[in-house]
Amino acid sequence: METLTTPLLIRGRCVVAGRAEGEALVTTQTISGWGGINERDGSIIERRHELVGQSFAGKILVFPGAKGSSGWSAFFHMTRINGVAPAAMLFTRMTTKMALGAVVTRVPSMTDFDHDVFDSIRTGDWVSVDAEAGEIRVTRRGDSTS
Amino acid sequence: MQLTDTEKAMRDGDGGEAVAAAMDLLIRYGTALGAERLVETDNVAGAFNASTPSVRKIAENGMAEVFSRLNLDSDKTVEIPQMRARTCQLITGIDDQNWALQGADPQMVEMQRDSEAFVGQRGVNLMATCTPYQVGNVPTFGEHCAWMESSAVIYCNGALGGRTNVEGKESTGAAALTGRIPYWGYHLSENRYGNRHIRVDVPVRSMLDWGLLGYFTGEMVEENIPVLEGDMSGVDLVKLKHFGAAAASSGGVEMYHIPGHTPEARTVDEAFGPNRADDVHVYDATARKKMYDTLQSAEDRKVDFIMLGCPHNSIEQLARIAHLLDGKRLHPDVALWVHTPRAIRTVAERSGYVARIEAAGGKVMSDTCPAISRRLPPGVRVIATDSAKQAHYLPAIAKVQGWFGSLEACIEAGLTGTWTGDF
Repeated sequence: METLTTPLLIRGRCVVAGRAEGEALVTTQTISGWGGINERDGSIIERRHELVGQSFAGKILVFPGAKGSSGWSAFFHMTRINGVAPAAMLFTRMTTKMALGAVVTRVPSMTDFDHDVFDSIRTGDWVSVDAEAGEIRVTRRGDSTS
Repeated sequence: MQLTDTEKAMRDGDGGEAVAAAMDLLIRYGTALGAERLVETDNVAGAFNASTPSVRKIAENGMAEVFSRLNLDSDKTVEIPQMRARTCQLITGIDDQNWALQGADPQMVEMQRDSEAFVGQRGVNLMATCTPYQVGNVPTFGEHCAWMESSAVIYCNGALGGRTNVEGKESTGAAALTGRIPYWGYHLSENRYGNRHIRVDVPVRSMLDWGLLGYFTGEMVEENIPVLEGDMSGVDLVKLKHFGAAAASSGGVEMYHIPGHTPEARTVDEAFGPNRADDVHVYDATARKKMYDTLQSAEDRKVDFIMLGCPHNSIEQLARIAHLLDGKRLHPDVALWVHTPRAIRTVAERSGYVARIEAAGGKVMSDTCPAISRRLPPGVRVIATDSAKQAHYLPAIAKVQGWFGSLEACIEAGLTGTWTGDF
């Protein structure tokens, strides 16, 4: 198991400005809004999703992007109103659902990275995001074995 | 992002606070997308009414607050003026007439009516359907639109040659008040060419065939743009509606070409333009059977609910259902709901179709559907539907078992209480 002494720097494009830090929650599967999340507690409810039952509230959510209904933005919007939005969103596939969702969730968001974020960031890593500067710093955490 | 002088004036408050908030959201959204500019639109289809418990608290402070927060993403409650663009309401949560049958809370019904009075006063046409193109909103070729609802978006782009991305509740609110939407994605000609090739090797004729082909298409191409070639005929509004809804459910398809049938490309070469698709996905008898099997999520053959009308049924579909039910009576343990836009329901009433469906024990519903409302008849365990989209979503949403088949198989199950549909 690799332990990083200095944080890994990843650069990308700012989608929604702002800074945040927190624990990473990483999935290589796209996420549905309507029918895919519970907007009251920020958990994934899609039956066949690898994160089913886990909450993204306060986490740095690393995922490919949005899928499913055009209600995507409205559901992530409600997670902000309910105080269970992710701390930041890092995604790789730009769509209108994803862009509008990030904007109305109003959390720091980035895309177009110079690293493969799914290789570089693991669930549980400590991630700090400065979206306006276009920088992410990843510190590997303890006994992550994924 | 580049703004015109008119757009800058809107941003700076010349059109009032609501228009300024709308322009602020469009600038944030367009910047997030990386769009270079906005484009004018005079055709918006969105979700503006309030019909769910989650909105109740905000609605207690008035409908201007609902629109400000949920349709404009504004923290400040602003006065909502007349819509600048032609705007319609899509599907809602509650059937305005059959709400008691749905089991809806009367307070929610009242809230939906209050919100509809509010937006209606401001120029939102309350079509209350997932299929605005069936009731008078038919975009012209090349028209820039701002639509929500995945099955409507794919119909607008693929079947009509209108231009829209999948918009959301907030961007349609902002577009309605400004007549603008980011010029990105499917608004640009270069993003509308095909990039995946589907060869249809089995005859595609019936509604069932078109639904299965749509479901296959979405599975194969995900969010790409398929070009379909092969043995397809009998193409009409109803079949493309069914095909598109299925493709948008199993994948995220928002645009497609069927050269010879859809308007944007006359030939396969024209459909691909500068793109190439090296891999060909073949739709054959094996693929068709696989899709049919994938859509079944039931084991129990004792059916208690038949769901028809996803996307909302056309007048011809209602006539067909009335004909199949003539002189017959549903099994006492089975409920049958048919969903159609309210405007079409009016025509169906006048044509006698509603009376014939109800004489057999069925109900004709409008404004909503079980997947959107999350309301089914009490105690339902096993459903049957002729819609690939509903078979995809409803069992997961309502935690029921689902059979998928032809309209005829669904009606038969309604009459006997037993699913005997076969491939």
